[in-house]
Formats: sequence, structure tokens, C-alpha cells
Amino acid sequence: MTQRIVIAGASMGGLRAAERLRAAGFTGEIVAVGDEPHLPYNRPPLSKEALASEVTHEALAFRLRPVVADVAWRLGVPVVSADLAARAVRLGDGTELACDGLVVATGMRPRRLPVPGPAAGRHVVRTLEDARALRAELRPGVNVLVIGAGFIGCEVAATARTLGASVTVVAPEDAPMRRPLGAGLGAALRRRHEERGVTFLLGRTVRAFLGEERVTGAELSDGARLDADVVVEAVGSVANTEWLEGNGLDLSDGVLCDEALRVEGRPGVVAVGDVARFPNPRYDGVPRRVEHWSIPTDTAKHAAVTLLADLGLGDPPAGPFAPLPTFWSDQYDLRLQSFGAPVLGEDDIRVLEGDLDGEVVVGYHRDGELVGVVLIGMASAAGRYRAALNRAPVAA
Amino acid sequence: MKVIVDMDVCKDHGQCVFSAPEVFQINENGRLVYEAEPDESLRDAVEEAADVCPLQAITIEG
Ligand SMILES: Cc1cc2nc3c(=O)[nH]c(=O)nc-3n(C[C@H](O)[C@H](O)[C@H](O)COP(=O)(O)OP(=O)(O)OC[C@H]3O[C@@H](n4cnc5c(N)ncnc54)[C@H](O)[C@@H]3O)c2cc1C
Ligand code: SF4
Repeated sequence: MTQRIVIAGASMGGLRAAERLRAAGFTGEIVAVGDEPHLPYNRPPLSKEALASEVTHEALAFRLRPVVADVAWRLGVPVVSADLAARAVRLGDGTELACDGLVVATGMRPRRLPVPGPAAGRHVVRTLEDARALRAELRPGVNVLVIGAGFIGCEVAATARTLGASVTVVAPEDAPMRRPLGAGLGAALRRRHEERGVTFLLGRTVRAFLGEERVTGAELSDGARLDADVVVEAVGSVANTEWLEGNGLDLSDGVLCDEALRVEGRPGVVAVGDVARFPNPRYDGVPRRVEHWSIPTDTAKHAAVTLLADLGLGDPPAGPFAPLPTFWSDQYDLRLQSFGAPVLGEDDIRVLEGDLDGEVVVGYHRDGELVGVVLIGMASAAGRYRAALNRAPVAA
Repeated sequence: MKVIVDMDVCKDHGQCVFSAPEVFQINENGRLVYEAEPDESLRDAVEEAADVCPLQAITIEG
């Protein structure tokens, strides 16, 4: 009988998993189920290029390689539950799908602020529809309040500013992108935003949204009141794992996987992309989720091999999964690139080249060893630092 | 195999360079330059480069 693999989640991770299953020789049936109505598309432009111009699926869709031509896409319908022991998933329209193998690729959704006030005028940015709705409100002169100073908050602030909006960022940290960058580079990033007219109100959170039908402002934790025509909540994300409940899995933060990306203790079930929490022996073996664009591709490569081996269709992966984290962010004309794990070296941060207010390379060290690098500009140096981090020994 | 990079879309990320340095390079001005008709033996590397381009600016024909 033909074997069937169900992929839950039809975005980048799901697409890459389908490609890799075919590349690794799987000839059975692949069904990819996605709750969005679209074929997989690229999310990073949603806070950058696309938000600045026009948001269309056509411009953002991933190209479908010939190897995935026979994948059955079930779009616009969620997976609502899974019975891993019985090897079956149930879809939102009542369909039961039996499967030999399962790929968890359901990613994340934006966290919403649990504060009172009207809902209209409040935005998040994760999907095409989100970005389109926000785009329609970004006009010269509107007051935009961005809540959260992580990379999505910073990118949206930059794009909104470029479109002529007046922009205020409220966040509890003392600098934008504080966690990945550290205090020094975070402060330098703040200066760059301020030079372009963004206002930061840091060390504060939002207590309530003001307005009747629609948001007209916000009240902050220090009692200050701000006017706002448009609010963007960029306060982190939540893993889409509810459908896996009832199977005895560790779903405390994404889905816990072993070093082969197999869902812990469940042969034939793997996870890819943002939702996978996996140990990285390159660092300390502590399982973490990694919300980087490079991760769906990296995880899919490895997870496909693991899954086919579990189904008796091939050899297991040659070694453990030990990706080099890679991340970029575009804000105005600034290109920020990160390689490795800066957060692990936040106690020993050094400027390696350039200076904090110009083009710069910053190194993050643990026990004197370089564990992460962040570059602003300096594009031609990226390859050198990436290679150096890649050469560092991976402890088994 | 023919490689086409939409230079209106490309933002000189250089991610493609890591995957297929024989085909893609960043020149002294920080701009992408590439070999438009690379050898067939480089297909896997070029496919990977197209996958990892953050702007999905690379198309492969043939
Ligand atoms: C605005 C934005 C900007 C970004 N910019 C950058 C950047 O500059 N650099 C960078 O490195 N990374 C960036 N990222 C992160 C990157 O896009 C993600 O890491 C990547 O999209 C993860 O892909 P994924 O397939 O794992 O998850 P997702 O893309 O979240 O896909 C999961 C899919 O599963 C669907 N789904 C959820 N639950 C169910 C269910 N029960 N049944 C069926 N389907 C379901 C979801 O609707 C979604 O389509 C950005 C992300 C966003 C949102
Ligand atoms: S990865 Fe894409 S955007 Fe970057 S240089 Fe290559 S083609 Fe251009």
C-alpha cells in the first residue's frame, strides 16, 4: 500500500519538508494541510518591502519546484486534532486523515496584549491579510503606536516612518532589539531610529487602549496617555500546537524534539520551522525554538531524512542537527545580519570592526570564544565571520 | 541551466553566495554579480541558492 505523510501547516516549513521528502526518495502520498487560504509565501517582506509598497500573494509566493507538483494541498482548513497512537489527524471540516508519517509545521501566531479597549485599529503582522490591513492604514501624518521593540516592531516602525507616518515605540526593555543585540548595539540602533524621527518610550508597557468604536490612543503603565490612530502589537509569538494536545507531548514552548528533530519519543513524527524546539549541540544541547527564516529550510532537510528512516525507507541522518543560526533584518537603509548565537555571549561583547554609529561588526564571546556576530552594513565581511563561526568545533 | 536574478528585487543579501560561490559573488561595490549559464554540475548548489535568497529573487530555467 502507498504510504501517506501528512504535513500540518502549509507555509515555508511545510513546503521545504515536502521538497526534502521527495528529494530523499519518498514516492508515497504527501498531503499538506494549511489553515491559510494561500499556497506558501515568504513572510519577511510583510514588515519590509511589501509593507512599504504593495502586499500581493503573487509577489511573495514561493516557487513550487517540479518535485512537489503532486503534493495535495488542503488549504483554508486547519488540523484540529491528532491521535498520534492511531496515526490520524482530524481537519476542521470533519475529514479524518490516516497517515504513516506526520510533519508538524504549524509555526507561530502573534501574541496579543491582554489589555482592555477597542479592537478596531489594532494590528499584528504575521500573514498577508495582516500586512494588507496595516498597509491600508499607513499614510503620511497618521500617528502609529508600535508596541514592542523586537525585530518586527523595529521593522514596522522603520517602514511606517518611511511612509511618512509619525511613529512612537513603547516597550518594556531599555533598548530596541535588546535581547539579541545587547545594550550597546541596541542603544546605537535606537539613535539611528531617533535620527529618522521615531520616538521611543522604553521601560513602559500599555495598560489600556483608549477609544470607543476604534482605538484613539493608549494609556501606559506610568499613567501617560498617548494619541494613536493605528496600533501595531509586536509583542512576541505563541506556538500553534493546540491541535497536538492529548498526546502526552511536551508543548510548553513549541513541540519538544530530539536531536534528530523527531517529536520526543514519537517515531514517524517530526517537527520543522518556528514550532520545533530542538537541542543544538553546537552550543549547549538545551532545546530551544529558533524563529529565523533559515530554520524551516535547515530543519526540513534533516527532519525529512529522520522521518523516512523511521518509516523504514532509508538510513537515519549521518549526524546530529547542529545549524548555525542566521538572521537578518532591514530597517531603513540599514542591513543587520546575525550569525551564531549572540545571546550566549552577551556578557562579553566587543566591537570587532567599524564603530557603533556607522557600519560595524560586533562579536559576542563565551569563555573568550566567539559565539555570535552581528553586522550592520559591512556586507563584504559577512562571509568571513560566518565561516569562522562555522569552523568552531561542535561538541557532540 | 540558466540563472536569472531579478535585480529590481535583489537586495544584495549575499545569502546565495554562501550556497553557490562559484556562481554568485558580491563585488567590491557590494552588488551581486553572477554567472548566468553555470555548469550543470552546480545545479544542487544553485537550487539551494534560490531557496535561501531572502527575497526569492533567483529563478532557474532549464
Ligand atoms: C513579519 C515577519 C517578518 C520576518 N522577518 C524575518 C527576517 O527579516 N529575518 C528572519 O530570519 N526571519 C524573519 N521572520 C521569521 C520567518 O518568517 C519565520 O521564521 C518563518 O516564516 C517560519 O516558517 P514556518 O513555516 O516554520 O512557520 P509559519 O510561517 O508560521 O507557518 C505555519 C503555517 O501553519 C499554519 N497553521 C497554524 N496552525 C495550523 C493548524 N492547526 N492547521 C493547519 N495549519 C496551521 C499557519 O497559518 C501558517 O500558515 C519574519 C516573520 C514575520 C512574521
Ligand atoms: S541572496 Fe537574493 S537578494 Fe541576496 S544577493 Fe543573492 S539574489 Fe540578491
